[in-house]
Amino acid sequence: MPLQTIDKGAIVRWLTACADSIAANREYLTKLDAAIGDGDHGVNMDRGFKAVVVKLSAGAEMDIPQLMKSAGMTLISTVGGASGPLYGTFFLQAAQVCAGKAELTLADWIAMLKAAMNGIMARGKASAGDKTMLDALAPAVQALEDAAAQVHSTAGALALSACAAKAGMSATEPLVARKGRASYLGERSAGHLDPGAASMYLLLKAAAETLASR
Amino acid sequence: MKKLINRAEDVVRESLEGFAAAHADLIRVNFEPAYVARRDAPVNGKVGVVSGGGSGHEPLHSGYVGMGMLDAACPGSIFSSPTPDQMLEASKAVDGGAGILHIIKNYTGDQMNFEMAAELGRAEGLEIDSAVIDDDVAVTDSLYTAGRRGVGLTVLAEKITGAAAEERRSLKEVANICRQVNSWGRSMGMALTSCTVPHIGHPMFDLPENEMEIGIGIHGEPGRKRLPIQSADEITAMLMEPVIQDLPYRAGDRVLLFVNGMGGTPLSELYIVYRQALSIAKGHRLNVERSFVGSYITSLEMAGCSITLLKLDDTLIRLWDAPVKTPALRWGI
Repeated sequence: MPLQTIDKGAIVRWLTACADSIAANREYLTKLDAAIGDGDHGVNMDRGFKAVVVKLSAGAEMDIPQLMKSAGMTLISTVGGASGPLYGTFFLQAAQVCAGKAELTLADWIAMLKAAMNGIMARGKASAGDKTMLDALAPAVQALEDAAAQVHSTAGALALSACAAKAGMSATEPLVARKGRASYLGERSAGHLDPGAASMYLLLKAAAETLASR
Repeated sequence: MKKLINRAEDVVRESLEGFAAAHADLIRVNFEPAYVARRDAPVNGKVGVVSGGGSGHEPLHSGYVGMGMLDAACPGSIFSSPTPDQMLEASKAVDGGAGILHIIKNYTGDQMNFEMAAELGRAEGLEIDSAVIDDDVAVTDSLYTAGRRGVGLTVLAEKITGAAAEERRSLKEVANICRQVNSWGRSMGMALTSCTVPHIGHPMFDLPENEMEIGIGIHGEPGRKRLPIQSADEITAMLMEPVIQDLPYRAGDRVLLFVNGMGGTPLSELYIVYRQALSIAKGHRLNVERSFVGSYITSLEMAGCSITLLKLDDTLIRLWDAPVKTPALRWGI
C-alpha cells in the first residue's frame, strides 16, 4: 500500500493547528521564556501565527509552496526577536524544497524539515545541544528518517517524530544555553526548558495531528 | 502592575504617536512598518545611519534620530528586536546615495533581523554595511554565549558615528569609526530593582529589598551575580574596576566617562556614582576629558545604573563635540 500523501488541505489544517496550539500555550511559552530569556516568546509567536492564519483565509489560491512561503514571510515581519527570522527561515527553506509540488510524500516532508533545520542552523549559527529549538527539531528529523527507512505509515512516522521532538525538548532542561539571550545566564540557564524547543515541539505535534488525516 | 498606559498591546504604538507629534519639527514616524526618520531624510550624499532594537530603552534609539546622529531608528516590541521589513523600509527612506550603515546591538534577534534586512536591501540595490556594538564586560565567557551584549556604548557610538556621517565621510570610513568606538569602549551595569514589561504584567525577576544584581543587561534579564546591597561608592567600584581592567584602560589614556541611569534611578544618585567613578578613574591616572550623565539607554523603570568608558583621540573628541539636534540629545546648535 502506498504511503498516504499530504495535500494542500492538510497543510492549511496544520498551519491553523499551529496557531491554535501556540495561542493555547501562549502563557506557558511566555513563562518558560521569562525564566531564562525576556518573557516574550509566547506573545510574539501568538502574534505571528495569528497573522499567518489571516493570510491563509486570504490565500485560497495558494499552493503548498506558496502557503509555506507566505507563512515564512509573515512570521519574519510579525514575530520579531530571534524567533521571527528563525521560524521564518524554517518555512522559507521548506517552501524551496517543495517547489512545484501539489502533494507531498513522506519523503518530501522529510526533505522539507531537513532543509528547514539546515536553514535554522545557518541563520542562528547554532548546533544540537546549544539549548535551542534545534534540540527539538533535529531528533524529529532523525526519527522521521528512521521511520521512513522502516516503511511505517505517514501518520506513524509523523507521530514518532513528534515523540522525538518532545524528548528532545525535555532534554533541553539540564542544558546550559550557548545561544540567544539565555546564554547570558551561564549555569543559571540550566534547570529550565528552552522556550524555542517548546514552541518547535508544538508545531511538530500539530503536524502529527493534522498532516496525515483527511 | 501600575503603569501610565491604556492597553498593554498599544504601548509601543501610542508612545510612538505621542513622540511623532511632540517632535514633528525634527522627525517623522512611519507606522506600517514602524520606523522613525529624520525630517529632512534622505540627505543627499550622506551615509544613512540606521539603528533599531526593542522598545523599552527610551530615549534609545528613536530619541537619537536627527541632525548629527541617526537618520532612522526602528522600534521593535518591548525588549524584542524589530523585524527586517522595518529596517529595509527605513534604509530605503534615508538612502542619500552614499550607502547605509546599520548599527546593531549584539543580540541574537537583532543580529538576525538586521542580517535579513541587509540581504533584502542588497537585493534591491542598496549599499549596506553594518557595525556591531558589544561592550558589556559582564558577559565573561563570550565563547559559550551569544557574545557580549550591546549596552551603554551604543549611545556614544550612535552620536560619534552620526557626526562622522554628517562630515560626508564615505560608508567605509563611517563604519570604521563606529567599529573603532566599539573596540575602545566598555560597559557594565547593575540593578537595584527589576522592571515590568507591560504585556507580562509582573517584574522580570525577583530582587528582594536588601539585594542587588550585578552585571545586568538592558532587558530585565538577571545578571551574573546577586549580592547584598552596598553603598554607592562600593557599587561604583564593582562596576568601574572590571571595565578598566577589560580593555584595559591605561595610565594617561584620554577617556569619556558615561554614567547611565536604567530608568528608575534619579539623576542625583547618578551624580553620586559619577563622583566616585571619576575618583576611581583618576586613581588609575585616566584623563577624563568628556563626561556624560543621565538616563540615555534604559530598561523601562528599572532602578540601577551602568558605567561606560570610551577611550578618546582627537578625532573622536571632535565628533563627540560636533553639533547634534535630536529629540533627546541637543548641543552645539
